[in-house]
This record gives sequence, structure tokens and C-alpha cells, in this order.
Amino acid sequence: MTDSVRELQVTPVPDTVDAPGLGFLPLGPGVSLPRIQFAAILRDLGQRLLPWVVPVGLIALWQIASSLGWLSTRVLPAPSEVIKATWTLSASGELWTHVKVSAGRALAGLAVGGGLGLAFGLLTGSVKFFETLLDSTIQMVRNIPALALIPLVILWFGIDETAKLFLIAVSVFFPIYINTFHGIRNVDPGLIEMGRTYGLTRWQLYREVILPGALSSILVGLRFSLGLMWVILIVAETISAQAGIGYLTMNAREFLQTDVVLVGILLYALLGKLADVFARGLERYWLRWHPGYQSTVA
Amino acid sequence: MLHPHISFESSQTYLAAELGRDAGPDAEALPPQAQPSTQDRGVRLEISGLSKRYGKRQVLQHTELVIEPGEFVAIVGRSGCGKSTLLRLVAGLEAATQGSIRLDGQDVSGLREDTRIMFQDSRLLPWRRVIANVALGLPPGGHAAAADVLAQVGLADRQPDWPARLSGGQRQRVSLARALVHNPRLLLLDEPLGALDALTRIEMHQLIEGLWQRNGFTALLVTHDVQEGVALADRVILIEDGRIALDERVRIARPRERSDPLFGQIEKKILDRVLQQPGEAISPSEPLWPNTPVHGVRWAV
Repeated sequence: MTDSVRELQVTPVPDTVDAPGLGFLPLGPGVSLPRIQFAAILRDLGQRLLPWVVPVGLIALWQIASSLGWLSTRVLPAPSEVIKATWTLSASGELWTHVKVSAGRALAGLAVGGGLGLAFGLLTGSVKFFETLLDSTIQMVRNIPALALIPLVILWFGIDETAKLFLIAVSVFFPIYINTFHGIRNVDPGLIEMGRTYGLTRWQLYREVILPGALSSILVGLRFSLGLMWVILIVAETISAQAGIGYLTMNAREFLQTDVVLVGILLYALLGKLADVFARGLERYWLRWHPGYQSTVA
Repeated sequence: MLHPHISFESSQTYLAAELGRDAGPDAEALPPQAQPSTQDRGVRLEISGLSKRYGKRQVLQHTELVIEPGEFVAIVGRSGCGKSTLLRLVAGLEAATQGSIRLDGQDVSGLREDTRIMFQDSRLLPWRRVIANVALGLPPGGHAAAADVLAQVGLADRQPDWPARLSGGQRQRVSLARALVHNPRLLLLDEPLGALDALTRIEMHQLIEGLWQRNGFTALLVTHDVQEGVALADRVILIEDGRIALDERVRIARPRERSDPLFGQIEKKILDRVLQQPGEAISPSEPLWPNTPVHGVRWAV
């Protein structure tokens, strides 16, 4: 009796499983379970490695092409050359000086522009008077591309640090401003009404309801700003600089050091990625109440 | 004196049993109620000649209503009849066009410390944990009181959770706890159970009834569910087109059974009254609530 039931249960299974043997597994007396697990692990590993196949393959191809002399070093140095250049530059400490200078510029610009954007966004978002007074002006200025200001900025500030700081600050201001403004406007009015009826003071209402409600939007603005920040930094440093990654690459270009140029490009990519990881981390921490940011199911 | 609290004792033990299930030892630890006389816990609400107009639309017209301290009154009516507006006026969220609302003889002008609202959507702050939501607006160190009230609504173990993790019914319980932690003398309930399923709703009825009996506050419930009104309230008031059309006292012993024949009778009486009124049409000659003031007060702009 039990045997026939088992067979009934088992027969349809092989159709749905790609490996026909699997379906009979629970019945088989001594079929090795570890082998199946091993296969599963392999398949899992394959899934994880698959996205890396193309980039690793390309780099390998690039290395081979360079080694065989198909690619001139003047066009593209071999990956091994790039690694070697990175090593030399960092060993001499030169690399870190330039990274420090560039990151300092970027962060200073972000602090000034982002801080102002946040402050103005909070102001116009919260007080109707300031919205009427300032918002249309800011929206007008927003349409000027920051890079179009370069000639004017050079006339105003020359080509030293102030010019770079100004360009970065101007460009990061708007994304943060706009997102802060909209974040505050989109706070659920029901929550604000609730806060009022529960006796929150104006400041408590701001801290408990309005700011947290606008935070996800402000963080979106921050991520946009971080992206823009690096782009503007690169352009600003390429114009003229006495230090920084831009200086490093432009200087290397003069001496046809393509490997160093490549190191600079990769450094920009790395810094950009780092900034994005940082912003995501902030999102995950500050928005951990949000179901969309809760990675683990409790 | 106004309403027979015949089964006060039995329903309290009933509540204790209800809470004991969720709250465990905390329910036992609650101090024995110092039998608050309903007189000083609940507030007396007097509404006279109350009108509210939004632009050209008259939402409430010369409403007259007196609610005794500790009374539980339900306001029913079709959607858009003005019942929510009445609640918002009593809450002080909006100002009346005409007439007055008095709590214990004091005119309502703006929000009050001793009035709390429970909204239809729970309006919990999603970025605050359950316990912090309940303690919202309390002075620092209010977490103990908040934890106490959370235990009373049977959610003692959900303190550190995010509101997003709770079910609809649990959210409304938290919202109820948040209102009660301030020891309100007037609790306004704005269709708080409208979005819940039938079973959760019955559970919430028992919870609200028990907490009302224990705390003695005056309760004003706005609902579109006549059965809910009959299940909870001492009086069910029907509002139609901005006027009070019916004021029905519910003399059924608590805890109320839906199977009680009197329950069905009252529910049917109110429902029939609601349904006889097809949509907007109303004849002005229709006898209204006896307290309606002289019609001469009506004035044209």
C-alpha cells in the first residue's frame, strides 16, 4: 500500500527537474546525497562568477595583445604596466598626495554647495514666503550648465583653488536643493496634522516628522550631487592645477606616460564608486525603517 | 446615572482575560484602577448652533449636541454628510463658521491637551519604532508610560519593531495606545476601524470598549458602520446633510452580543432611517432633532 502511494507521488517529479535522477533520490537506498550538494554548490559558484567572465576575459585579451605587440604602449599600456605604475606611484607617496588634494577639493566643494543647497531647500520648502521669493530665481539659474561658467570663473577667480571650489559648489547645489525642496513638500500632510494634534512643538514637528520624511529624497539629491561632483572636478583639474589627479594625468600626458594617465582615470572611477558606496550606506542606515531598505527578513 | 453600566465588573474581568493572552505578566502588574469617577475623567461636550461652510457648501447646519462626561457616542451617516467635519471641529483642527463647541464650559479654540484623535489611517511615523511612536509628544522619560499602554493594547513585545512590520490591526492598536498614553479626557475616533477586516474589527471593538470603561474618558466615534456604532456606543447619532436626524440611545448591557435581539432591532431602526433618505434630497419641513434652534437664525450672505 505505502509503496504504491510513494510511486504515485514520485512519478511526476522527473518531468519538472532537469536532472532525471533527482526525482528518485529520496527513494534510492544508497544514492549519494553529497554528490547532489556538490553539484548545487558548483552551479551556485557558476552563477556568481558569470558576471566576471567578460571583464576578466577582456583584461586578459588586452594583456595578451600588449605582450604580443599588437597594441602600441602609446595607445594603451598593458594592464601589468598600469599595475606597475600604480605601485611605483603609491610607493613614492606621490599618488596619495594627489588623491588627497583631489578628494579635499571635491569634499570642500560638496560641503559648501551641498550645505547651501540643503539650507535653501529647507528654507523654501518650509516657508512659503521664501519659496515665492527665491524659488523661481533658483530655477532660472539652475538651467545654466556649470561648465558654461568656466570662462567667467577664470576671469573672476583666476585658475587657482577658488575657481575649482566654486565650480563644484555651484554644480552640487542644485540637485540637493531641488530634492530637499520636494522632499519637504511631499511629507505626508496627515503625519504633520497628527504631530500637531499630539502637541509637538514647531521644532519637534520639524525634527520628528518633516526632516525624516524628507530624508529619502534628500539622499537621492546627495547621490546625484556626488556623481556631478567628480565630473566637475575632473574638468576643473584638467584646465589647470598644481596638484591632484587631474594634474597627475595632464602631466603624464606631456611625457607620453599612458600608464600613469590610465592610473588617473582608474582613480577617478574608484573614488566615484567609493562615494556612491558611502551614499548607499547612509541610505541603508538612515532609511532602515523603510521596507525597501531592509535587506534581512527578521 | 445616564447609562446603565450594569455589566461593568464582568466586562473588566473580560478585558483582563483578553489582555492576559497577549500581554502576559504585564497585565497583572497594572495598578488596580482607583475607580476614576467618570465625572472627572471624561469631559462634558456641548455643541450649540454649530455651522460649518466650505466656500458655498454648507457642511454642518445648526448642530446641537450635548455629550455627558464619560459617555460613548457614535456618529453615523453616509459619506460626505458632515460627520468627519464635526469631529475635526471638536478636535480644534478647524474653526467653525458659526456656533460654539464647549468642553466643560470652555470654548474650543484650537488644539487641546486633553483631546486626542485616532485617525482612520494609523498615521504612525514610519521612521520611529513602535515604542517611540507611542511616546511621541511625551516629555523625556515617557517610555515607561508608553510601554505600559502598549501592554494594555496587547503589543508589549512589539516595542522595538518598525511600524512597517505590523499588520493593519496592530498599527491601529499602536495608534490607540499613542492616543491613550496622554490620558485624554476626550477621545475622538475618526473611522479608526474602517480599513480593517471583520474579525480584527470585532477584536478592536472589545479592546476599545474595555479601555473606555477602564479609563472613563468621553468618546466620540465617527463611523459609517451602524453595527459598529450600536456595538460600542451609549448613543448613536445619525447625521444627514449636516443635521442631526436621529439620536438613538442604545440600552444594551455590556459586553454586547450581536445575537441580542435588541441589538438587531436598534441596528435595523437606524439603518432604515439611513436608507429611507435617498441621496441628497431632504425636505426642510421634516421634523428634525428637537433641539434645533429657531429657523430665524438662518441668514443669507
